[in-house]
Amino acid sequence: MPKQMILAAHFPGVNNQTVWSDPESGSQIDFASFVRLARTAERGKFDFFFLAEGLRLREQRGRIYDLDVVGRPDSLTLLAALASVTTHLGLAGTMNATFREPYELARQLATLDHLSDGRAGWNVVTSSNAFTGENFRRGGFLDYPLRYERAAEFVRVARRLWDSWPVDAVLGDRATGRFVRHPDPGAFAHHGEQFDIAGHFTVPPSPQGHPVIIQAGDSAEGREFAAADADVVFSRHGTLESGRAFYADVKSRLARYGRTPEELKIIPGVTFVLGDTDADAQERAQYIRRQQVSPQTAILLLEQVWNRDLSGHDPDGPLPAEDPDVSDSSIADGRTRMYADPVATARKWRALAQEKGLGIRDLIIEVTGRQSFVGTPARVAEQMDHFVQADAADGFILVPHLTPGGLDDFVDRVVPLLQGRGVFRTEYTSRTLRGHLGLGPARVAAEPAVVG
Amino acid sequence: MPHPPLHLAAALDGAGWHPAAWRLAGTAPEALWSASYWANLVAEAERGLLDFVTIEDSLDLQSSRPDGPDGRTDQVRGRLDAVLLAARIAPLTRHIGLIPTTSTTHTEPFHVSTAIATLDHVSSGRAGWRPRISARRSETGHFGRRDLPELRPDLFAEPAYVELVGDLFTEAADVVEVVRRLWDSWQDDAVIRDLPSGRFVDRDRLHYIDFRGRWFSVKGPSIVPRPPQGQPVVATLAHSSVPYAFAAASADVVFVTPPDADAAEAIVTEVRAAEDTVGRICEPLKVLADLVVLLDEDASAAWRRRDRLDGLHGAEPVFDAPVFAGTADELADLLGHWRRAGLDGFRLRPAVLPDDLAAISRTLVPALRDRGLFRAAYPGGTLRDLLGLTRPANRYAVGTPT
Repeated sequence: MPKQMILAAHFPGVNNQTVWSDPESGSQIDFASFVRLARTAERGKFDFFFLAEGLRLREQRGRIYDLDVVGRPDSLTLLAALASVTTHLGLAGTMNATFREPYELARQLATLDHLSDGRAGWNVVTSSNAFTGENFRRGGFLDYPLRYERAAEFVRVARRLWDSWPVDAVLGDRATGRFVRHPDPGAFAHHGEQFDIAGHFTVPPSPQGHPVIIQAGDSAEGREFAAADADVVFSRHGTLESGRAFYADVKSRLARYGRTPEELKIIPGVTFVLGDTDADAQERAQYIRRQQVSPQTAILLLEQVWNRDLSGHDPDGPLPAEDPDVSDSSIADGRTRMYADPVATARKWRALAQEKGLGIRDLIIEVTGRQSFVGTPARVAEQMDHFVQADAADGFILVPHLTPGGLDDFVDRVVPLLQGRGVFRTEYTSRTLRGHLGLGPARVAAEPAVVG
Repeated sequence: MPHPPLHLAAALDGAGWHPAAWRLAGTAPEALWSASYWANLVAEAERGLLDFVTIEDSLDLQSSRPDGPDGRTDQVRGRLDAVLLAARIAPLTRHIGLIPTTSTTHTEPFHVSTAIATLDHVSSGRAGWRPRISARRSETGHFGRRDLPELRPDLFAEPAYVELVGDLFTEAADVVEVVRRLWDSWQDDAVIRDLPSGRFVDRDRLHYIDFRGRWFSVKGPSIVPRPPQGQPVVATLAHSSVPYAFAAASADVVFVTPPDADAAEAIVTEVRAAEDTVGRICEPLKVLADLVVLLDEDASAAWRRRDRLDGLHGAEPVFDAPVFAGTADELADLLGHWRRAGLDGFRLRPAVLPDDLAAISRTLVPALRDRGLFRAAYPGGTLRDLLGLTRPANRYAVGTPT
């Protein structure tokens, strides 16, 4: 049997991926939009539905960024509501570990796992961002080097809390009047660098034991954290070569944690454009790219590399002559810096623009685009299958460009072909997200719940 | 003199409010962590046309002691996050309001605001929020970020304790203020999708809340567009003057616990005075009295059930609200009598779930309707509509941007 593919659906949110100007673009906040996309994913037998997180509205030049879709629901609350309108689909979201406390988040995730009968997933991220911190009691207190340390300890504490109730803790014996078997269910203590807490957890073991732990991040620390603690890694490696290199590297790290390669799934985020012919699809892809990068958006994306106000530049004109500002201040707040070396990026872009005779907007379309799979349904199915069989990934998180109907074509036209190739399920064979992903039962915490 | 109909709510917690409830409940104990258990309860309340249900919560294990765990094995221990429970139920119901409880002492106001706003979005305007302070060290120990003294009833009158509780309520008022400002931080028409300018949102209709207080500061705006109700309903439980003042300053609905009709009148007077003292400018608080209820076909059967529960518990349990045991007709008469004290309605705490909740929706509600005290159908609309609260104007939308 060929290797089976994982498929997840991302609800397109806050970025210029979403083409809100399209007449088919619906509400990004109405519950009906989320129901539609989740039910489409479930109809396609997808492994899970995924929500990103934002904790502050992005700014550029000191003002709220107003060109992209903005405004989204709280992930946990929305996922709990989606558990009512789906039956098999995994429900995963990003929840920042910097501006939350382990006791509260572990409790919420265990609750979501109960309320979804074992379909909860958590994408662990941290932030060192003082800008985002301005919305929180905690503020922006975390230095960059502490990010993974806090994330790792956060997950350790969460696992300890999830394991704190013995599985047989609830006795419920009406005759003898014993509701719980022991007088202190959920007792725990953790005394660490980041967290010093003790007491009792309130949630009995959830169906998955531990919700599925997802991690994104490509640094050495991120890869090591994933190898030690994650069930799923989101990668950004969209080409076959870089995908295979990342895959081999991360999977090779598992052994030192006593884990097998099957225990960590690697799924890049990818986009797709379908057409009746490959030429149609290419034409649609070009059209979508132009919708995604309006003249105004082109200038603002350019500013994020140059780190300067470029509002005076013509979107169809040449790139700025001066070099990017590489000082610590950033023109764009609340957005991850995408380019490690802006000056080198600028040089490369200038050369490319000159070589191809591109103005700013066309250059931005050329260099920021990442349409992973473009073609007929048959070609897309073939390419995705090849990607997985070649160990460049275990599956994909699909990022449609339309809300909420952006997954319809994929589910109707590509999924049957993947099923026909025998690389994707035709029916759910499990009820839990761990089951869909082919993960074993949750690892029991390495340490007892109560430690010194 | 004709009265507006009563507001009627049910308070849901575990297997019911009597500590021995699980011994008599018709539900398997492990069902308390299942969505279907809660969905069935709320469906039952909606069958009775109740205004809303509240869902209790705290960030520690249930206990019969005022401070910390009690080590008892004979009572329900363990519960789920109330906000997520409410969200899970929202798509399964259509009319009833959903009011979960959160702590104001340990949570991030930003997260609470976005969660309740989201609950309002997924329920099409049926969300409420019950903020409560956490004074127990057992909750504090789960966060490790502040110290509190031991909570002992013999110390309640000590100045240091009075100051501590006062501070926790002042902080709670800050939390509610931040949550409310964040709900208003998007004007209703902030999303413009303006093709010519390429702008999805009009940034002039988004607002920094710039809250700075003694305990925290929050910049804003929210990440969630303004919820359907504008401001979801804020409800709080109050037993004495400090929480009355908190309710008057911060809430839309207050639950009070008078032992009888005379006390109810005195409490309503005190609540109205607190509204004057804090200079409340919005609509007056809706005052609902809490009662723990055991209902049966005849009064002696209700009392026998109460005796049986007390016997299983080993003693007569101490409640913070009065207990009613009797028939639905007797309770309907009592509620009709009490409301003359100026109460807007009642939040009933079923002693045993689902039995006493089913008795409320199937026998008490018809008895109230027979007396002209309760509605015959849901009128449609949001929870604010149901409670007779108007949709508040947005505090930031004074000047209409061009």
